[in-house]
Amino acid sequence: MLRFILIRLLQALPVILVVITATFFLVRSAPGGPFDQEKVVIPEVKRALEAQYRLDLPLHEQYFAYLGDLAQGDLGPSFKYPGRSVNEILFSGLPVTAELGLYALLIALSIGVLAGVLASLRPNTVQDYIPMSLAMIGICMPSFLLEPLLVLVFGIWLDWLPITGWGDIPGDKILPSITLGAAYAAYIARLSRAGMLEILSQDYIRTARAKGLSEFRVVTKHALRGGLIPVVAFLGPAFAGLLAGSFVVETIFQIPGLGRFYVQAAFNRDYTMILGTTVFLSTLIVFFNIVSDVVAAWLNPRLRGQLGGGR
Amino acid sequence: MLSPATFRPVLAGLCLLLLNLTACGSGESNVVSGNRDGILHYGNGSEPQGLDPHVVTGVPENHIIRALFEGLAVKNPKTLEPEPGVAERWEFSDEGRIITFYLNPGARWSNGEQVTASDYVWSWHRALHPETGNEYAYMLFPVVNAEAYLKGQVTDFDEVGVKALDDTTLQVTLNAPTPYFIQLMDHYSTFAVHPETLLKFGKMTDRYTPWTRVGNIVSNGAFKLKEWSLNRRIIVEKSDQYWDRDRVSLNGVVFYPTENVVSEERMFRAEQLHYTQVVPLDKIPVYRELPDTPYIQAPYLGTYYYLINTKRPPVDDVRVRKALSMSLDRDKLVRTVLQHTAVPAYSITPPNTLGYYPPKRFDFDPDQARQLLAEAGYPNGEGWPGLEILYNTQEAHRKIAVAIQQMWKSELNIDVTLSNQEWKVYLDAVTQIDFQVARRGWIGDYVDANNFLDLFITDGGNNNTHYSDPIYDDLILYRAPKAATREERYRLFTEAESMLMDEMPIIPIYTYTWKHLIHPSVEGMYPNLMDSLNLKYVRLVSDRHLPEALR
Repeated sequence: MLRFILIRLLQALPVILVVITATFFLVRSAPGGPFDQEKVVIPEVKRALEAQYRLDLPLHEQYFAYLGDLAQGDLGPSFKYPGRSVNEILFSGLPVTAELGLYALLIALSIGVLAGVLASLRPNTVQDYIPMSLAMIGICMPSFLLEPLLVLVFGIWLDWLPITGWGDIPGDKILPSITLGAAYAAYIARLSRAGMLEILSQDYIRTARAKGLSEFRVVTKHALRGGLIPVVAFLGPAFAGLLAGSFVVETIFQIPGLGRFYVQAAFNRDYTMILGTTVFLSTLIVFFNIVSDVVAAWLNPRLRGQLGGGR
Repeated sequence: MLSPATFRPVLAGLCLLLLNLTACGSGESNVVSGNRDGILHYGNGSEPQGLDPHVVTGVPENHIIRALFEGLAVKNPKTLEPEPGVAERWEFSDEGRIITFYLNPGARWSNGEQVTASDYVWSWHRALHPETGNEYAYMLFPVVNAEAYLKGQVTDFDEVGVKALDDTTLQVTLNAPTPYFIQLMDHYSTFAVHPETLLKFGKMTDRYTPWTRVGNIVSNGAFKLKEWSLNRRIIVEKSDQYWDRDRVSLNGVVFYPTENVVSEERMFRAEQLHYTQVVPLDKIPVYRELPDTPYIQAPYLGTYYYLINTKRPPVDDVRVRKALSMSLDRDKLVRTVLQHTAVPAYSITPPNTLGYYPPKRFDFDPDQARQLLAEAGYPNGEGWPGLEILYNTQEAHRKIAVAIQQMWKSELNIDVTLSNQEWKVYLDAVTQIDFQVARRGWIGDYVDANNFLDLFITDGGNNNTHYSDPIYDDLILYRAPKAATREERYRLFTEAESMLMDEMPIIPIYTYTWKHLIHPSVEGMYPNLMDSLNLKYVRLVSDRHLPEALR
């Protein structure tokens, strides 16, 4: 197992390097620069700005200088927010975005697994159709549509929940978490239904039933562990996706997270910020993929054997 | 392995987390608590780039910086005429070329030190230093040798026309009499910063030191920085060192980065904000209908127009340019697409710019437009080679472009295509003058026609049209600054602006307006052309509520 993890980590390094290189040069090839404004900037001032941010060096020198800084964990100063480093901005937004992502994932898991398992127990009946149709709607409905609906109903008509903020007013974390989690709940419902259906048809489940175990025990003790493997495999990328994809939710609910910077950096041509967020998020995605591989291997003894790990 | 026993702590953890989601606190709205405690909750549009007056540019930055700092002179929020700030008075001599500012001896930095004339010399040195990279450095260009110093032609700052005669006397020498110079003292790029504080964190010219952070920053305005949570809020509190503190009624202001206009409006309705930066266009008709509406709209010092590349056919022909401009029904555009949130414009300078009204050289006249187009060789649109309108990707610009496309089709029978580009790509195209017709907006930095008319001097950085006329340049650069009286100066501006509109290198479309929602409990926010707010005049009154229909 240890060897498996090590190999996966070593494979990840070149992937991340490719991401850095591609992002660095793609960003630079986009027209316009960080200091282009509607009101034109005096050439002397622009040159001074470029010198302060090392943009006056040849491109390849900038690239290697960036890699050098990155190796020391320094993502550079932000162009758009002078006085702030990219590290600082990332780490101020990360806890909030991670918290939001975590709640969204928990909501997605609790709703998704419940719906999926219920559906799998009585396939092709009403108990299957209703949660699965809802799941389909959940997948299809974008968050910028779901959000106004939730806000209208729970925030304005019923006046139960606050509509913006994060940790300012009691209950203000609920609507954003639900909005962000909804689409993932739907995916998880479909995945757990499929996984459970496969497992429930296995011989060892029949044995468990033959032993006279109650249906509840059969499902919770025997079927769930195998049936949720697809869900576990999905969780790693899903959490990374939640971190990277919270832009819409963060903007409409006024949440001081990471997602807003991620998207705006591209519009601002904030080179260091684009690189910083991309490198950071791609590292996270790679990392969570490894984690979910490891967990899947741990859950599935057959896979563990194939990986030739540390027995 | 996943027995109920191992599940239990996990479940307990989940429950705790979900409990945190619904954590409790007080249920009072910001407006209610704010009115009681004297705290204004202000929707500020976006997270500021920073708070260093010589580094940042932008409107949200302006609001916060002008709460924290104060210039030599400030604008009266009702009339926009200058009134004392750090300087208690000023005198003109040498026919207006020399200004002597007499600083208020009571003006203090937030650490209790006196604000001195040499602080200004040091700060203007920083603002103009070639290495600082101050994008608004040109605000100080009326000062002798300021431009030369920035461009490296003069290397000794002593040659620049700003001198501290003693602690409270600052003498500024200008290249030529500049009637609007006092106004510029209310622009943050001319503000003083506290030299020792900056030097504690880096060189004078460094852009990215943490001197503006909570606990580090020393400022001289009515408020001081209390909290700065990135993308969440900035809180300022009343300064006990400010010279005019007795006039300040608010105990503090909370600035919110309300980027999403729809959410901002909702926060206002939920009484989380006293003031919104904008109002969503589709909500405006509803707000207008309300009795005692919190919706406020007034003309803004800005013009929305189309740039024309005067070197590219078919718009290299002035008759075509005029035909295009005369066939636009601006009243209809404002009524329909813009929902009455703009004022039709027939010239570049907004009306009543400190008493200046631009000439109106043409009107909506489709018959004459068709005739001009025929004279140019395209009778009834025949032989029209096509034309492309460029705009930056945004729904509002697209709607206007579509409406204009329709008007030109129906009035002139010509086909026009639309092209949109992402913001920075579009800026690049405009700077390179790589377009036929391109959307543009200009917001004034100070209330003076010069700020609009000097855009179109030959090779001006924001000219973007290839328009060039030596007589126009002479009027704007040499004759108007030397005018003896305001009337004479405005007459010269009228002459120049008439020349400009007769050549039509731009198609003026509308004058902007600003729109806010302001809670009835707020007093002392006056409508003015600059949308300029002086927080020291703002007061909160309890027991006033939003109209019933909004609650």
